[in-house]
Amino acid sequence: MLKYVQRRVVLAVPTIVLTSMVVFLMLFLIPGDPASIYIGEQTATPERLAQIRHVMGLDRPLYVQYADFAWLALHGDLGRSLQTNRPVTVEIMSRFPNTLELAVAAMAVAMVLGFSLGLISALRRSSLVDTLAMMVALFGVSVPVFWLALLLIMLFSVRLGWLPATSEPGLRGLILPTVSLALLSAATFARLMRSSMLEVLRLEYLTTARAKGLHGAVVVFRHALPNAVIPVITAMGLQFGSLLSGAVLTETIFARPGLGKLVVDSIQNKDLPTVQGVILVIAVVYVAMNLLVDLSYAFIDPRIRFE
Amino acid sequence: MSAPRPEALRRPRGLWSDALRRLVQNKGATVGGIVFLLIVAAAISAPRLAPDNPIGLNVSESLTPPGPQHWLGTDQFGRDILSRIIYGARVSAAMGFVAVTISVAGGSVLGLLSGYYRGTVDLAIMRVVDVMLAFPGILLALVIIAVLGPALGSAMVAVGVSGMPVFIRVVRAATLSVREFQYVEAARVAGCGDLRIVFRHVLPNVSAPVIVLVTLGIPGAIISGAALSFLGLGVRPPTPDWGAMLSDGRSFMSTAWWLSTFPGLAIVVIVMAINLFGDGLRDALDPRLKL
Repeated sequence: MLKYVQRRVVLAVPTIVLTSMVVFLMLFLIPGDPASIYIGEQTATPERLAQIRHVMGLDRPLYVQYADFAWLALHGDLGRSLQTNRPVTVEIMSRFPNTLELAVAAMAVAMVLGFSLGLISALRRSSLVDTLAMMVALFGVSVPVFWLALLLIMLFSVRLGWLPATSEPGLRGLILPTVSLALLSAATFARLMRSSMLEVLRLEYLTTARAKGLHGAVVVFRHALPNAVIPVITAMGLQFGSLLSGAVLTETIFARPGLGKLVVDSIQNKDLPTVQGVILVIAVVYVAMNLLVDLSYAFIDPRIRFE
Repeated sequence: MSAPRPEALRRPRGLWSDALRRLVQNKGATVGGIVFLLIVAAAISAPRLAPDNPIGLNVSESLTPPGPQHWLGTDQFGRDILSRIIYGARVSAAMGFVAVTISVAGGSVLGLLSGYYRGTVDLAIMRVVDVMLAFPGILLALVIIAVLGPALGSAMVAVGVSGMPVFIRVVRAATLSVREFQYVEAARVAGCGDLRIVFRHVLPNVSAPVIVLVTLGIPGAIISGAALSFLGLGVRPPTPDWGAMLSDGRSFMSTAWWLSTFPGLAIVVIVMAINLFGDGLRDALDPRLKL
């Protein structure tokens, strides 16, 4: 097991290094002079640009600049925001809890909803409940998160006045963003859970379990579910990523001060250091999350770690 | 009673004709396919079909609710929503096709190279895929837009490139198994070059999963494209686009619900139609295929 953990952790390192290189190179890929992009001044004189280039170290070889960028990033220095002039790390840290709260809440809702819908569908295969649940799931994977959010606001905030349309601290402000963000993942979980459960239910060891007279619930929850849930857990890592990126939209709609809204605002305001910082942080969190899922996968399914 | 003719017994039915038969029998897939074709037809014949000019301003009729004059109402500039939705189908359909074409072309070439040559080439391409996958969902598209600047063209490239990894992986996996078949060895013995083997012999045999991925990739591309426009990072005004229309409607949610309701409905209908068709196609091509 330890060997497996070591191998997976070692494999994640090059991904993070290469990702940081891509983020670093963004500055040089944008058309225009990096110095003027970095200071956000479009009309600086050539002398002033040369001076800035020297001060910022942009006249050094690229690999030196990258090493510098990586070293500073490792020590929590991602530069300063061009809009607020505050350190990017401070901007990120002040918003990260909001995004995390939303993503975790949405993941919890998606899991409860998706797992139960998928399970019921599989157990009542080809019944009215199954058809209805799968129609809801198809709607869930087809509906854009930003439209669902608008519909929810129109219904629950504008018409009924039950819940706030913009983010406010506390549970009330979290409900609408969470529900609109969770639906896509819930639908994905439901579809996966259903097909995986149907596959497991056909296996012979379950026939044996039933034949020896076990209660239906024991067969389903003790024997079938642990095996059926494995592919769904793999999907959790990917879904966490889709929740992080879905947060870009939900946060913008609900004016929620999180990382998603920060990155969109920064792209619109050409605030490159902030864009780089947020994207790097999200990518690292996502890679780490997938690593955790991989490791838990090995913990649940012994076949993986003995491979 | 005469014995059945041997050729009738063994009438050759290929993968594609079998698949087509199964596809037509699937009601959901048929309905989805027809709805999708109707939307594409509407997009093509938009100038004839749209009742009004989609970008013509008419302030005296601004925010008219749905009624006989304007079936789906008008927006804050008095523009007919139905006409804008019909024209918007062009942007969405183009987004779906162009972005997925970029994903397929790039993904297939890289996947073929990776699976066929293996070794260092494979290792390098797979690391690139890992990095691309490290930016979840719309984030890679945002990186590309931050570099290229917000515009429809950049959005298409961004969505297309961010869709590539899944094609690379699927084509690579299929290529890895196909390259071991004897007919590939036979082609090599017959003196075929690598390029000819890859494109003439390997590619046609990895096409089934790719076709399924294409149909399932288009709705994703349409939603991502609309999302970028919604964020103000895609289509520029006044071009009619469903995502941008939704975003415009946000300011009028309490007074004019129709502004953001109908464009969203249009997205849901086209995405559901293609998803239904794609699910059917997947089942038709290979009932065991799970993507």
